[in-house]
Amino acid sequence: MKRSSIIIMLVVLAMFVISWLAKASSMAGVEDHNIWHGFLITFSAFLTLAILSFLYKDNPFYKFAEHLFVGVSAAYWMSMGFWTTIVGNLIPRISNSLSAFFEVPPIADEWALLLLPDSVTFFIPVILGIMLLLRLSRNMGWISAWPLAFIVGSTAGFNLVRYLRSDFIEQVSSTFVPLLVDWQGTGHFFSHLNLNASGQFVTMAGNWVIFLGVMCGLIYFFFSKEHKGIFGFGSRVGIWILMVTFGASFGYTVMGRISLLVGRLTFLFGDWLGLIS
Amino acid sequence: MFTPAPLLALSSSTIGVSISLGLVGLGMVWMLIRSLRARDVDRRIVFLFIFISVSAPILFPITFSETPTPVVKKLFDKVESLPADSKVLISFDFDPAMAPEVQPMADAFTRHCMAKNHKVIFMSLWATGQSLLNQTMRAVLVTEFPEKRDGIDYVELGYKAGNEGVLNVIVSNFRKMFPTDVNSIPLDSIEIFDKIKSCRDLDLIISIGGGKPGIKEWVLFVGDPTKTPIGAGVAAVVAPQLYPYYPKQLLGLLGGVKGAAEYESELVRHYPQFEEVDKPGLRMMGPQTFAHVVILAFIVLGNISFFVSRRRASR
Repeated sequence: MKRSSIIIMLVVLAMFVISWLAKASSMAGVEDHNIWHGFLITFSAFLTLAILSFLYKDNPFYKFAEHLFVGVSAAYWMSMGFWTTIVGNLIPRISNSLSAFFEVPPIADEWALLLLPDSVTFFIPVILGIMLLLRLSRNMGWISAWPLAFIVGSTAGFNLVRYLRSDFIEQVSSTFVPLLVDWQGTGHFFSHLNLNASGQFVTMAGNWVIFLGVMCGLIYFFFSKEHKGIFGFGSRVGIWILMVTFGASFGYTVMGRISLLVGRLTFLFGDWLGLIS
Repeated sequence: MFTPAPLLALSSSTIGVSISLGLVGLGMVWMLIRSLRARDVDRRIVFLFIFISVSAPILFPITFSETPTPVVKKLFDKVESLPADSKVLISFDFDPAMAPEVQPMADAFTRHCMAKNHKVIFMSLWATGQSLLNQTMRAVLVTEFPEKRDGIDYVELGYKAGNEGVLNVIVSNFRKMFPTDVNSIPLDSIEIFDKIKSCRDLDLIISIGGGKPGIKEWVLFVGDPTKTPIGAGVAAVVAPQLYPYYPKQLLGLLGGVKGAAEYESELVRHYPQFEEVDKPGLRMMGPQTFAHVVILAFIVLGNISFFVSRRRASR
């Protein structure tokens, strides 16, 4: 390791300790465990700054924070899965003694568990889960392909029906919107013209955009006919519709990213530095 | 005697933000001149500008008034129009990365449901959702509604692994997937669940999230098959993908922090007692606005620089 890197590490460590002590002393009398809470807040601030330091350039602090995040996330999900699914759902259904050990109420008494035909079915996911873990073994790793196939197959089966209904039939039906809403003649339309978001004009305009947007979007992706003449015009409108859609998505993404930055800066300025209440 | 009245009339927020914006403006002029002279501007300078434009309104808070759009208003009106004791399920399907955007929505929904005396069932399809759910419970339920009782006015089912599988089960039977609540109390002995067997018995479902599993799965696996009304609060990134479900398959949708701010403002308009509580959605709209102004300025600046350099090249 270079000498400059060691100096930077030591400076960061010194700043961390100073910040920790300052934070802990500022929380004395307010929090019961001020040393511990002071450490947690300072460590959170350090990790935030470590991640943001990537904006300058890649560095070991960023790498440390990134790896820590991935590790902690995986461990957290695994632990939650164990306690909520295996302890919460499986054990109360298969064993009273294990239920007592984990302090979860059993679903039925021991004999009923043995007699219930349902209880047998709860062992199937256990076996599939163990088979999935065999992936870690070099010799028996192939067995994990079976539960994986079950997961893929069942998910595909469930999703096929749901997607067909919600994303195809319902969405096609939602495209068939009335192009004339509450139409009572041209005179009535112009005399009651307003830009109210739920008014007749805006609703009708929205429906026309949906209708034309869908038609032109479909024309753009229809390649069996040359995009010339009126068909070509529809295709050009279609690409504009797509561009506007991507632009709206990008705008929303920017808003989302700025929100995350606001969240982190609010933490740094508020919880860590105490500059805002 | 001389008094600097005009200066005193300006709040510290206005002065602070004005100085910051002045700095940003001057910096942009410098960048424009640099660009016109065909010299590169380091990307880190752009990051610095965004940092200043976001930091200034955080340090010197500025809030804007919000008017709810129909897509937000419709969801608010639904919660508002439900009679007291209606059964509302709120699902926390998000992680800390999405929390700054969607936690304000979760707080606002919870506040609104509690003010309307609805019976609320909290759950999560994300493991990380449970700890964020606890944050909302501490910040809203325990602090603002201490009279509300666990198991009678609300219940916390917590997280359950299984993604769409969880929804596929609770759509016909809650007890099969959630034998107990998060405190290991059997659902049969929880008052709220006396008349609830499945999602069909709920009056409203609100999913808050922005990933998978999330709102889309709630619509596909619960909303459409059972016709139970579903509302949603989503992170901005996925909002455009969910708008096609409105109004037929989604009752209403809060898109990003703007949606949260609109909901909060409508809530305060109907319930003035919430005027003093923290409204992070509205608070975040100040930094959002300034950051967007700076980003727009950068787009204009980049285009000017591009056209000028193209003209130079053609000569």
